[in-house]
Amino acid sequence: MDTGKLTTGRKILWAVVSVLVAVYALFPVVWIISLSLKSPSDVGNQQFWPTAVSWENYELIFTGQASELFVPALINSIGICLIATAIAVVLATLTAYAVSRLDFPGKKFILTMALGVSIFPVISIVTPLFNLWSRIGLYDTWLGLIIPYLSLTLPISIWTLAAFFRQIPWELEQAAQVDGATSWQAFRKVIVPLASPGVFTTAIIAFFIAWNDFLYGISLTSTSAARPVPAALSFFTGASQFEEPAGAIAAAAIVVTIPVVVLVLLFQRQIVAGLTSGAVKG
Amino acid sequence: MAEINLSRIVKKYGDGFPAVNDVSLRIADGEFVILVGPSGSGKSTLLRMIVGLEDITDGELTIDGERANEKAPRDRGLAMVFQNYALYPHMTVFENIAFPLRLAKDLGEEEIRRKVEQAASMLELGEHLERKPANLSGGQRQRVAMGRAIVRDAKAFLFDEPLSNLDAKLRGQMRTEIARMQRRLGTTTVYVTHDQTEAMTLGDKVAVLKRGELQQYASPQELYDEPINLFVAGFIGSPPMNFIPVRNQDGVLHSPFGPIPVTARDEAALAEAPELLIAGIRPEAFEDAALLDDATRQDRAVISATVDVTEWLGNEVYAYLPFEADAEVSQALAELDRDLDGESLRTQVVAALDSRTRIGAGDAVDLAFVPESVKLFDPRTGRNLSRDDENAARIAERSEAARQQALERAREQHSGAA
Repeated sequence: MDTGKLTTGRKILWAVVSVLVAVYALFPVVWIISLSLKSPSDVGNQQFWPTAVSWENYELIFTGQASELFVPALINSIGICLIATAIAVVLATLTAYAVSRLDFPGKKFILTMALGVSIFPVISIVTPLFNLWSRIGLYDTWLGLIIPYLSLTLPISIWTLAAFFRQIPWELEQAAQVDGATSWQAFRKVIVPLASPGVFTTAIIAFFIAWNDFLYGISLTSTSAARPVPAALSFFTGASQFEEPAGAIAAAAIVVTIPVVVLVLLFQRQIVAGLTSGAVKG
Repeated sequence: MAEINLSRIVKKYGDGFPAVNDVSLRIADGEFVILVGPSGSGKSTLLRMIVGLEDITDGELTIDGERANEKAPRDRGLAMVFQNYALYPHMTVFENIAFPLRLAKDLGEEEIRRKVEQAASMLELGEHLERKPANLSGGQRQRVAMGRAIVRDAKAFLFDEPLSNLDAKLRGQMRTEIARMQRRLGTTTVYVTHDQTEAMTLGDKVAVLKRGELQQYASPQELYDEPINLFVAGFIGSPPMNFIPVRNQDGVLHSPFGPIPVTARDEAALAEAPELLIAGIRPEAFEDAALLDDATRQDRAVISATVDVTEWLGNEVYAYLPFEADAEVSQALAELDRDLDGESLRTQVVAALDSRTRIGAGDAVDLAFVPESVKLFDPRTGRNLSRDDENAARIAERSEAARQQALERAREQHSGAA
């Protein structure tokens, strides 16, 4: 690799590529924002920007007729995703630690199973799950969504965290044990603080996965008792059957994006690599 | 303060290969013991078994007379300095050193601060206490690791190649520092290294290991003067001992450089020895015969050879003299080289001569040496046929007396200062 200074030509090339990627990625977001600010009559204005900025759509989903659909869904989404993330991170931290540190039979099996579960197509299990859930009374409940979400979030959490744990020099833990710590103390006082960037990163990834789910959300719920936002969006209707709810959907999409952006901004500092530098030589 | 006793310790890994095989060591209270050997000799494994990071397959480890095989590391009361320091990167230097004290739980904040500051001042870390390990130099990190070990009243200090990550100059300084610290605290210390210089300079006693087996456990001087076999002789000393194939015929040893007389000391041992032997002479035993007066020259044995290369070091000159070895012996020598982590490039003799010598490359030279400085080894078993057990016992007695005296003095100074 050329680690020296970039030539001017290369700088320009990188700048152009970066701008292209940024535009490609952000254009739909800007479009949705613009759409959410158009009033229903303005949606068909055949322009990119709204003729006049209107908060009508936001009013509609928070206080208007769509609010009974959207507000409970938002609460459901936040609650279910936070619980699923918390459980996934705690379980994954313990599993990943065991997988990366201990030698036990079936270690490979656990990792392979985790990977297998994560690549298993959701659509193929959603129908049997629907039957099972309705039979045992988990259909349309928070728990009924948290459990399938764990199947999505746990594998990736285990894999990410195992990678993080492997980076932490084992000597640190041994040093702690020689210094007089029990295994648990060594884990809590030395390993967990060092793994915290990994834990935060994992938590955010897990939260996104749960937050973005649509298939489980639409299939395993029927009322606002447990229906998450992505599923609720599909139930939006216009004021009349001839009116498309595009503006309201756009506004809701923006609202559900906000927690994600806020999360990343909040934990940006925690996700710093290189926290372990200085532990050992090199 | 503790006495550590290893009795017939064995470590076998899953494949049944013994990484450490039947090692017995008695480490007296306050003694500084070095475990030394080339890579793969099991020295680190042995240390990790003492501290409790590796299970002991067989044998018994006692610390202060108490069986410790099954004890968890934290219950053994030992302190260890790791090769890569293993500092806690999320804690300041102060917290790193205080860590073992905080775990002990029976100390107040005031007491902890006092102890940490005492340890820090001993290691000259006082001004770095609030820094993080990432911002320290290699030598400072090394000292923090030592601070963490000395801050509590550990029964013994264990060092696992603590200096191998430092540059040559710092290594020399830290070596002296460790020796001084150990003498001052008088704490039992076990120190692992692959560097024979560290072993010789630091240790009260040195255990030489080869492929998991203990070769010799003695004071540095005894290892140097009375090595028990070819391996120890080749491992201890720098530059290493020269090994020359000789044939014992009619009371004379025929070497590629000419005849060497058999000394009275060796006559008995040679009666049952094979004809073909390996003679070991240390480079520093050679003198340039041209620089000796006639009287001295009378007592010396002399060999003649042509110098291939010389290296002038200021205080001495290394002269290199190549020779052709017998096939039978060269195989034994090549194997020895492999054991010593070396590569047998060519058979040659190195002579460390006084820098007044005038010899240069290509010169024919007469090298004089005291005949008793030649050690004879059996090429098949590697055993030192010239070993003088009485002399070895005398050396052991003397070094033990010197150690006791040093400890006594340290105690007096300590109580005087307190």
